[in-house]
Amino acid sequence: AENEPPWGPPCTQLLVYISMPGCDGFPNLDSKESYKLIVSKGSILLSAEAIWGALRGLETFSQLIGRDENGTYYINETEIVDFPRFPHRGVLLDTSRHYLPLRAILETLDVMAYNKFNVFHWHIVDDPSFPYESSTFPELSRKGAFNAMTHVYTASDVRTVIEYARLRGIRVIPEFDTPGHTLSWGPGAPGLLTPCYVAQEPSGTYGPINPILNSTYEFVTSLFREVSSVFPDFFLHLGGDEVDFTCWGSNPKIRAFMKEMGFGEDYKKLESLYIQRLLEIVSSLGKGYIVWQEVFDNNVEVRPDTIIHVWKDNALMRYKEEMANVTRAGYHALLSSPWYLNRISYGQDWTEAYKVEPLDFKGVPEQKALVIGGEACMWGEYVDVTNLTPRLWPRAGAVAERLWSNSTVRNMDDAYARLSEFRCTLLGRGVQAQPLYVGYCENEFDEV
Amino acid sequence: YYEYMFGHSRRRRWSRRPLSARAEPELSELQVVIEAPDPGCDSYPHLGSSEAYHLTVTEPVAILKAYEVWGALRGLETFSQLVHEDDYGSFLVNESEINDFPRFAHRGILLDTSRHYLPLKSILTNLDAMAFNKFNVLHWHIVDDQSFPYQSISFPELSDKGAYSCNLIYTPADVRLVIEYARLRGIRVIPEFDTPGHTQSWGKGQKDLLTPCYDGGQPTGSFGPVNPILNTTYDFMTKFFKEISSVFPDAYIHLGGDEVDFSCWKSNPEVKEFMKKQGFGSDYAKLESYYIQKILDIVSSYNKGQIIWQEVFDHKAQLKPDTVVQVWMANNYAHELSSVTGAGFPAVLAAPWYLDYISYGQDWKKYYSVEPLNFPGSEEQKKLLIGGEACLWGEFVDATNLTPRLWPRASAVGERLWSSRNVTNLQDAYRRLTNHRCRML
Repeated sequence: AENEPPWGPPCTQLLVYISMPGCDGFPNLDSKESYKLIVSKGSILLSAEAIWGALRGLETFSQLIGRDENGTYYINETEIVDFPRFPHRGVLLDTSRHYLPLRAILETLDVMAYNKFNVFHWHIVDDPSFPYESSTFPELSRKGAFNAMTHVYTASDVRTVIEYARLRGIRVIPEFDTPGHTLSWGPGAPGLLTPCYVAQEPSGTYGPINPILNSTYEFVTSLFREVSSVFPDFFLHLGGDEVDFTCWGSNPKIRAFMKEMGFGEDYKKLESLYIQRLLEIVSSLGKGYIVWQEVFDNNVEVRPDTIIHVWKDNALMRYKEEMANVTRAGYHALLSSPWYLNRISYGQDWTEAYKVEPLDFKGVPEQKALVIGGEACMWGEYVDVTNLTPRLWPRAGAVAERLWSNSTVRNMDDAYARLSEFRCTLLGRGVQAQPLYVGYCENEFDEV
Repeated sequence: YYEYMFGHSRRRRWSRRPLSARAEPELSELQVVIEAPDPGCDSYPHLGSSEAYHLTVTEPVAILKAYEVWGALRGLETFSQLVHEDDYGSFLVNESEINDFPRFAHRGILLDTSRHYLPLKSILTNLDAMAFNKFNVLHWHIVDDQSFPYQSISFPELSDKGAYSCNLIYTPADVRLVIEYARLRGIRVIPEFDTPGHTQSWGKGQKDLLTPCYDGGQPTGSFGPVNPILNTTYDFMTKFFKEISSVFPDAYIHLGGDEVDFSCWKSNPEVKEFMKKQGFGSDYAKLESYYIQKILDIVSSYNKGQIIWQEVFDHKAQLKPDTVVQVWMANNYAHELSSVTGAGFPAVLAAPWYLDYISYGQDWKKYYSVEPLNFPGSEEQKKLLIGGEACLWGEFVDATNLTPRLWPRASAVGERLWSSRNVTNLQDAYRRLTNHRCRML
């Protein structure tokens, strides 16, 4: 009796029961991710309403398995009922400031799944480069990518990402940010961007998309028709942030238009004009949309089911105020402001990300219900494949837990213990996640 | 270097070169001439090594001349950077004549293998990167509070009990490998065995080495810095540093001496008694100096030079004339440099170059903009600033993020320490550094 191992009879099977699988479909905002996991003597049962919950439960199950000194794998008897607090838990990757090879994106999707993230916000193009190979407008990437042969995402690449994500219960929401952040669109779409003027002469530089030309809207319609068919998710992210009005203001034709429309000097009205038309176009293509907060701040007319993405946080407007304003106006909100993981600093900054309470703003319960989740953003100005993984993980794990777990789960010491152990788990799975603090893992990272 | 220059060509796969173009002058050979009677190929680099070189690139033969092999290594790195590829995959180099030598003789990188263990591969990769940037000192902060990965022959228990785990250690073979790998790149390996503070991990394998802390007359079970009042301490250090002196061939050993927390000493009745007997009053800096002086003497007796952190100097310990003081405290470091060099000691500057202090954006610019000689002092004093070090402390760094965190930011420090004082244009540096970064990739 003394020498008997402490373990019960070995389990050889994990039974997975899904009531309405939907294995061939795509995950969406309303997907059910709840699951139940029962580990008892002689049987392990994972049950979920939909396949998406089973995936989450499988991840949890994989984290419950331990190994003793003799090498025996074991699992404690347990009963878990789990479901996410927020339905939209995303990671933003920026493939314009730096191209990210396919394997980097796929690896990120893997680690997102380990962290129960379920949205990949693909900020695919921007000012510096246009790596998206468009079938309708092949010149866009041919002229706009850093290198049209090596630094592009072909249609096949995009399909690969979407399917790889789907198999992990991750939605892919592409962002084609306009009218600002579009410099790389210019070379491949002559006439799209506004020519800037200096003392009545074109200066040779360009600004945001030209909102006064019909050709602009023809182009936008065709491009978004393609994007709508390529990306299966109901939502598209349309950007709309940081539109610099100086170029518009310098262009005589635009000034004339402003006069005609009676906009005075208020270029926000011109921006709204563009955005409204864009939203109509995208709507008519059967898609819903997410926009950065400026679109709401600048009083653009948007559909009631628009999702406003809150990203700013400054002395003039703290993000909590914005969250209150957005939800008070009746719109759904996504929070990213405190989760700009590209903003690195010395020390354990994951704690700041973890301490965020998304619903900590002035508002009634109906407002709070409009917060659908948040996103950890990894903007690419200083990030490429050489440092993406250690910079994203395990820091993004703090955001993941904040978005999945109950609001009462906030003990820092406990979180540190679990996150540092999880980091070692990530290392064991081949992920180059950086350390939280001093210490070591059983399986240290060693370059291959 | 051949592999670095020609091995990584991607363009070869994309284009064919036009058939006609074979008429240009060709460079067929790089001749390397080392002038000293003893070129130094079988010896170790040291502070006084000659790293100057003269490079002439013309057809058909380029000549790299240096007094010692160390200069040839630097010149080879430069030559490799001159070679570039055109769109057809041809390798080109411009006719050039370069006369080059470093501004400062001590150009180092500090790696911390105690807060996190660094696998050998990681260290070796970084020695390569150092060579690409003409760094010539690896300051190996090998042990500290958190772990003791150095496997000592005389005291095997130190790593047995003090390492994070039994496989996270540096065996004598590992250490020899690092030293030789470095030597072949003209890089000195200066180990740091930091005492009396930063020694928690030493206590695990060496009983009675650390001071037991007291509270209310009773030992608390925790320990403080090395116990400076016991003879056994100095017996241990004598034997330990004898080993270190023979394992590490460099003329210098770094003895640390920073951030000694006096509270544990103050709590210990025997230490208090000792303070009284020595007439130190309540000035524990005197006790610290008493300890450090004895260690410096021990290491001196093994014919090794000593480098110490600035506190040792600040707390007025008696130092041997050539002791190198490493200035690390950021607050008013120019003033400290004046004091150290004013007292006649050589100094190494680390304060503005703590690369573990990451922040958002292009922080390489602020490292680049440092002018080490911007401190009040005479010509003689300025000569005593022998160089500097970029430090990558390991609290938040291990093999998963070391390389991207160190490079290319440390390159800014590398140029500041090698190039002439007037090489300061940031736009030009940006252009060259982004190019260099791609080359390192």
